[in-house]
Amino acid sequence: MRFTFFHLMPYRPLDMTERHKHRAAWVVLPNELYDPKKGAEEYHSYIDQLVYAEELGFDVIGVNEHHQTAYGLMPAPNLIASALIARTKKAKVAVLGRALPLASNPVYIAEEFAMLDNLSRGRLITGFVRGIGNEYHASGINPYFSHERYQEAHDLIVAAWTKPGPFAFEGTHYNLRYVNLWPRPYQQPHPPIWIPSMGSSETIKWAAAPERKYPFLVTFSGRDLVARYLNMYREQARQYGYAASGDQLGWAVPLYVADTDERARVEAKAGLETLFNDFLAVPWEMLLPPGYMSLSSMKNTMKMRKALGTRARMTAEELIENGTAVVGSPKTVREQIERQRDATGANNLITMLQFGVLSDELTRRNMEMFAAEVMPHLR
Amino acid sequence: MAVEESRHKTGDISVRLRRDGEGERLLFLHGAGGWPAWGPFFASLAGRYDVLLPEHPGFGLSDNPSSIRNVGDVAMYYLDFIDALDGPAVHLIGHSLGGWIAAEMAVRNTSRLKSLTLIAPAGVRVKGLVCGDNFIWSREEYFRNLIYDQALAEQEIARVPTDEEADIELTNRYMATKLGWEPRWFNPSLEPWLHRIRIPTLVLWGRDDKLFPSDYAKAWSARIPDIRVEIIPECGHRPQIEKPDVAAEKVLAFLGGRT
Repeated sequence: MRFTFFHLMPYRPLDMTERHKHRAAWVVLPNELYDPKKGAEEYHSYIDQLVYAEELGFDVIGVNEHHQTAYGLMPAPNLIASALIARTKKAKVAVLGRALPLASNPVYIAEEFAMLDNLSRGRLITGFVRGIGNEYHASGINPYFSHERYQEAHDLIVAAWTKPGPFAFEGTHYNLRYVNLWPRPYQQPHPPIWIPSMGSSETIKWAAAPERKYPFLVTFSGRDLVARYLNMYREQARQYGYAASGDQLGWAVPLYVADTDERARVEAKAGLETLFNDFLAVPWEMLLPPGYMSLSSMKNTMKMRKALGTRARMTAEELIENGTAVVGSPKTVREQIERQRDATGANNLITMLQFGVLSDELTRRNMEMFAAEVMPHLR
Repeated sequence: MAVEESRHKTGDISVRLRRDGEGERLLFLHGAGGWPAWGPFFASLAGRYDVLLPEHPGFGLSDNPSSIRNVGDVAMYYLDFIDALDGPAVHLIGHSLGGWIAAEMAVRNTSRLKSLTLIAPAGVRVKGLVCGDNFIWSREEYFRNLIYDQALAEQEIARVPTDEEADIELTNRYMATKLGWEPRWFNPSLEPWLHRIRIPTLVLWGRDDKLFPSDYAKAWSARIPDIRVEIIPECGHRPQIEKPDVAAEKVLAFLGGRT
């Protein structure tokens, strides 16, 4: 298997009592709750963790983009990627991903990625996403056109990387007389493109298409859903007439390892519960603005939601039980990863070893134990 | 109060239409909340006018053509709609999003319009005069903010929509987003041309509108030459639903004095 150490960079000093006076830790959470002194420490701790991951033998270190939120402090993930490139030698650096529809001109995304690819001499992995629905409230971009803008921005970026410039791009949302990248990407024909997704049949169909074969990563889902989406991808590939390789299939998951199951559960609890209930949770009006999903998918989602009723705080026990998080002794964690790998053929594990308010000390212990006791057995 | 419901086709686009009454033609353009029921407001108007109440393209069960991408496109559709009716000019009324559509029509062409009534219209932005964010509101906040009388808001909140109604609400929400998300509920190129509306105009607002503050009426009255402003006290964003009798009386008085 190939291992990624992935970071969201949450703002851990957040006052959770204040947080719950607002509808979410996103968009409307007053930024007076951000203390720059503490925030600067967070950045340095997290970058140190990412650099340490290379030393521990992770293949890839990864970051991502979110806006106006305590959930993740990386509105501009390429800035962090640039710092990581300067401090590492061999690990791939992944930006998972940039939210394409939010950019006014996607050529800037193509340019920045090409720069990072040159700076790292070809160690860059890119990710193309649409952003969480909240991002459309934060940016003002019309979510109704999210899918259209994503497709068009993707086509524009890939063309900018691969087609001799200058050329003109004639689209619906983007119209450019000159597309002519300086620098061109270091990797040929272009850096790898990974597709992190909460899972949707439309995305799977598109990512698995033979002309793309983009690695697909399922994020924040229980073990059954992860298996279902990854197997949908495999089945889709079969329908396209090829067998998906394990490298095309990935799974992103919060993980915690300690010497015993019991200790792991105790130590992971606060981190997991704050991640899902305090940092991530938002009302559906923010999470799913109109157009973020197709109207037909949204109709089904709302019917399911009506049937489920309002959701209480999720407990760490539930999250561990349904496999949204993998927590336990090295043996337990190994077995759960093996089981998912065997059920799906996934070869790409995106580990989140820091999550929610999990401290530096516990994060480092978690990383070390994962690298020593789990990773080697799954190689 | 069941009125005739039909499909009405203009060009390739078919929409649902309710129509009742006799007299001069009156076209009502609904707001982002969707195709309204034929309440007492419409019954009052239909006492004197031939009232046409279409459901906009993209809303509810009307056609949703990909050619309609913004409010200007909807306005062009309704100019076609009026042309295809033949006969004399029509009185045009629009509420909220419908008011914006009506204003976009009127700056383009008033030759087929007799009068214009704008009820809490979207379409214009006054810097510093902050509007509500209907897209972030929960269902409960939506009714609480749209309705002045909180007892009425409670009733709306307590009502559980059927699956079919919920699907239509979602469809409406999608189209409202397409038309109004960005720039939020206005077109910067509309206000500079409002002086072109040289027909008698009424702007009607609920004083306690928490979506578009009633102070917006001033921006409209500053730009449209022949305009009357009516502010209804103790009334939210939907005067024709919350205060149907007062709203109908104001509209009928305006129309009566102008025809």
